[in-house]
Amino acid sequence: MKSLRPWFQSALLAAGSVVFLFPLWWMVVVSLETPKRAGAAMTGQDGVALWPADPQWGNYAEALAEMGSEPWVGFVNALANSIVVTTLVVIGTVLSSSLVGFAFARLRWRGRGVLFTLMLATMMLPGQVTLIPLFLLFRGLGWIDTILPLAVPAFFGNAFFIFMYRQFILQIPESLVEAAKVDGHGWLGIWWTVILPLCRPVTAICAVFTFIGTWNDFMGPLVYLHAEEQSTLAVALNSFRNQYGGLDDVHLLMAASLVTMLPCILLFIAAQRQFVEGLARGAVKG
Amino acid sequence: MAEVILKSVGKVYPGGMRAVQGVDLHVRHGEFIVLVGPSGCGKSTTLRMVAGLEEISEGAISIGGRVVNDIAPSERDIAMVFQNYALYPHMTVGRNMAFGLERRRRHGSLLRSLLSPAYAAERRAESARIQARVDEAAGLLGLRPLLQRMPRELSGGQRQRVAVGRAIVRDPAVFLFDEPLSNLDAKLRGEMRTELRILHRRLGATMMYVTHDQEEAMGLADRIVVMKDGLVQQIGSPSELYDRPVNRFVASFIGTPTMNFIEGDVERDGNAHALRWAGGRITLPAGTTLTTARAAIGIRPDTLAPVADGPFRGTVQSIEFLGDRADVLIETSGVRLNARVPTDSARAMREGASIALGMPSVVHVFDGDGQRAS
Repeated sequence: MKSLRPWFQSALLAAGSVVFLFPLWWMVVVSLETPKRAGAAMTGQDGVALWPADPQWGNYAEALAEMGSEPWVGFVNALANSIVVTTLVVIGTVLSSSLVGFAFARLRWRGRGVLFTLMLATMMLPGQVTLIPLFLLFRGLGWIDTILPLAVPAFFGNAFFIFMYRQFILQIPESLVEAAKVDGHGWLGIWWTVILPLCRPVTAICAVFTFIGTWNDFMGPLVYLHAEEQSTLAVALNSFRNQYGGLDDVHLLMAASLVTMLPCILLFIAAQRQFVEGLARGAVKG
Repeated sequence: MAEVILKSVGKVYPGGMRAVQGVDLHVRHGEFIVLVGPSGCGKSTTLRMVAGLEEISEGAISIGGRVVNDIAPSERDIAMVFQNYALYPHMTVGRNMAFGLERRRRHGSLLRSLLSPAYAAERRAESARIQARVDEAAGLLGLRPLLQRMPRELSGGQRQRVAVGRAIVRDPAVFLFDEPLSNLDAKLRGEMRTELRILHRRLGATMMYVTHDQEEAMGLADRIVVMKDGLVQQIGSPSELYDRPVNRFVASFIGTPTMNFIEGDVERDGNAHALRWAGGRITLPAGTTLTTARAAIGIRPDTLAPVADGPFRGTVQSIEFLGDRADVLIETSGVRLNARVPTDSARAMREGASIALGMPSVVHVFDGDGQRAS
């Protein structure tokens, strides 16, 4: 890249951005169109406008009110469920992955190498392979139709993030841990007061990825939560699509989809600096 | 202030590597003792065993009359200054200094202080005491203007002072320093050395200090422990080590420039001994006891001086001016000798010219096994 001229680099990046942003922009445009123009845009009868002639902001309220069987209740329930599940999963993943990563990086214990390899091996297992055994396990525990199957596993660490935390913590000087020991902290105290605050870039990556993954997770809530009032936004959006998937209602579908995506976009913008720093410091590569 | 006593202390790592063997050491109340030696000699391992950061494989360590072998570092009443300072990067200077005390304070529960006003008052009083101690230590080291800064905003010397301040705040029985000046440039190192010496005098604390720099050791220590291959070679005051090294290793390690050694065959003449080598023969000092056929004499470079005719004759190879003195390298038959002479004397010399050096006032004699024989 060094040999490329700056203007060419900029042009390349701008072109890439257009390709990536086009679907999002198109969703925004369609979500603000009248039903007729939105349907026409979908079928290509009426080309795509850069901005709707008469933006229909009311489409958003209409879409959210139509989610679920009672006006607004379905959306509010789904939003609350998504927030609860995602918050628990993010907290659980960050705490458990950083703690286990710290143990793999700094504590010396018999069998550490074998367990670390075993843990890495679990990354090779596709989710579909463990879906049925996990379902049977959670059913045996009586956890179906509760959020426990979605939240509890997060408190047992995630192999990829454990690996990431371990690699990052290995770069933290040993003397900081020793200084904390002299200052009177045990292993848990060292992890909480020294290691976790220093792992902010990795925590940002872990939190953002986990948030996006959980917020958009469709399969988990679909399998474990069956009542409508238990639906998360992803499941509610799917029901909405089944109900309003026709060309006449595509503007509502786009509006609902955009609202569902919004938290992920906002979170990424908020955590962008830490996120990029984490990637730049080789937290992922190790 | 406390005594530190090491009895037959050893460290064996998994795999059988012996890092430290049979160290016996008695650090007195208020003494500044420096462990010195080349890399891998076991000095840092010994210090870390005193700190509790390394398990002790053999022997016993006691601090203030209490055996601490199985006691956690935080319970040993020590404070340690690390080579890379080990300041917590996410805390301000003030918080770094208070951190150890905050952990120790009796009234630590924030939740309880919310529920009980009396408890909250005690907690506030304790926080105020901690703050007062931080402020006192900061004043002692000139750190008051830096208390709100983050470690990354400080220079190397300032970070070093914060690390020392963090130790002072704890008011420990023993201060442990693990090569604390090695990351500083030469000028700052000299300044900090003086500051540490003054600090030791002011606090009157027991201090154990590790360095590989013998000049630093000589400048700081009440007594020096010279180590090699995990073994203590000699313990003594700087002048004892300089004037009467017990073996060739200590003799070569202590002193700048390094001591000159001339090896040769021992000749006996009644009770007297002489050493003959390719370039000459000298009679060894009275009282020398040698049982080996080979021996070596050691001569400090600053005891050699040019003369019209002397026992060491050779050619001047190089002259390095150091201000008031100069280091002169002289090639004699089979042996290279370093001489440190006054600059005036060096000005009269020319590289490549012949020179004779007089018999030095002090000659150290070492037997064939490298042990002192005079």
